[in-house]
Amino acid sequence: MDEATEGGAVKRFLYVNRKAPYGTIYALESLEVVLIGAAFDQDVSLAFVGDGVYQLTKGQDTKALEVKNFSPTFRALDDYDINKIYVDADALRARGLTEADLVIPVEVVSTERMAQIMEGQDVILSF
Amino acid sequence: MLHTVNKSPFEHSALETCLRYARQGAAVLLIEDGVYAAARDTAVSKQVEEALKKVSIYALEADLAARGMRNRVIDGVRLVDYEGFVDLVVEHNAVQSWL
Amino acid sequence: MKLGILVNEGPYTHQASDTAYQFAKAALAKGHEIYRVFFYHDGVNNGTRLTVPPQDDRNIVKRWSELAAEHKLDLVLCIAAAQRRGLMDKNEAKRHGKDTDNLAAGFRISGLGQLIETGIQSDRLVVFGD
Repeated sequence: MDEATEGGAVKRFLYVNRKAPYGTIYALESLEVVLIGAAFDQDVSLAFVGDGVYQLTKGQDTKALEVKNFSPTFRALDDYDINKIYVDADALRARGLTEADLVIPVEVVSTERMAQIMEGQDVILSF
Repeated sequence: MLHTVNKSPFEHSALETCLRYARQGAAVLLIEDGVYAAARDTAVSKQVEEALKKVSIYALEADLAARGMRNRVIDGVRLVDYEGFVDLVVEHNAVQSWL
Repeated sequence: MKLGILVNEGPYTHQASDTAYQFAKAALAKGHEIYRVFFYHDGVNNGTRLTVPPQDDRNIVKRWSELAAEHKLDLVLCIAAAQRRGLMDKNEAKRHGKDTDNLAAGFRISGLGQLIETGIQSDRLVVFGD
């Protein structure tokens, strides 16, 4: 346990993103939770696993779909002091992607490291 | 950590992903269509049996019964009712739903 | 123990709301407290009073309302998700010039902050969805 949790005031929140954007609304509405949650001064981490990594890819152009391209919003996370963003290395590799294909700097982690990160959380919001 | 999986393993990678991240000693609860993974002699039962060496696996009895799977459960997979589901949530420090 | 519940799918199409309901009922029966049930994504559709399921089927919305009345449960629909999907209480309907409201008894509409608060205040948060 870290000091923050022992104090009881701050909990470790992990948002697990496993779904691609646009095909369903989960990714967008999940990001809305993250942004609102930022005001609560909790210890926040984001994990991108499986198709969730597609939320972060560069070059999204949604004009023809008439929906908002929300990928630039991830760049604002740093302004909200949300900077623990973990991406599963296997998920990237399986999809032919590298960190250079993503809209924000992230920490690319092994499955074992991601499992550790998940284990250390108080609240896991999965979408 | 308690993991829940509610997807059929034949159509969706949720169980496979869950088992990849579940650490030694964790518990996995199969619910809804996830309970099909609890059946023996299937294309995924070896994977489930292998996982039993690392994690405890539970299946929600109501969902098994509804799907006619109540009597086909792999040895070692434990059945729980909704109160048992609540107990598992209480016993573990956090719950991760693999939706 | 204090438990929080998040429901991310609407009634009938997906089993999530049924499972969440049975879980909540079992938790209450065992003497636990449900801090709040928060409804997000299509989960907000659990809060419409206008559903009329066939008589031989369960009434998912009514079931939640009754559980809320019996145990003073706090059932909260996310306002942003509710607005997108046409779920309104009286005030919202008036504010947006709609001819009716459709919020079922026992539910209220509020912000996403209530979900974060549920995570902070509950000992466990359990997510039900698709």
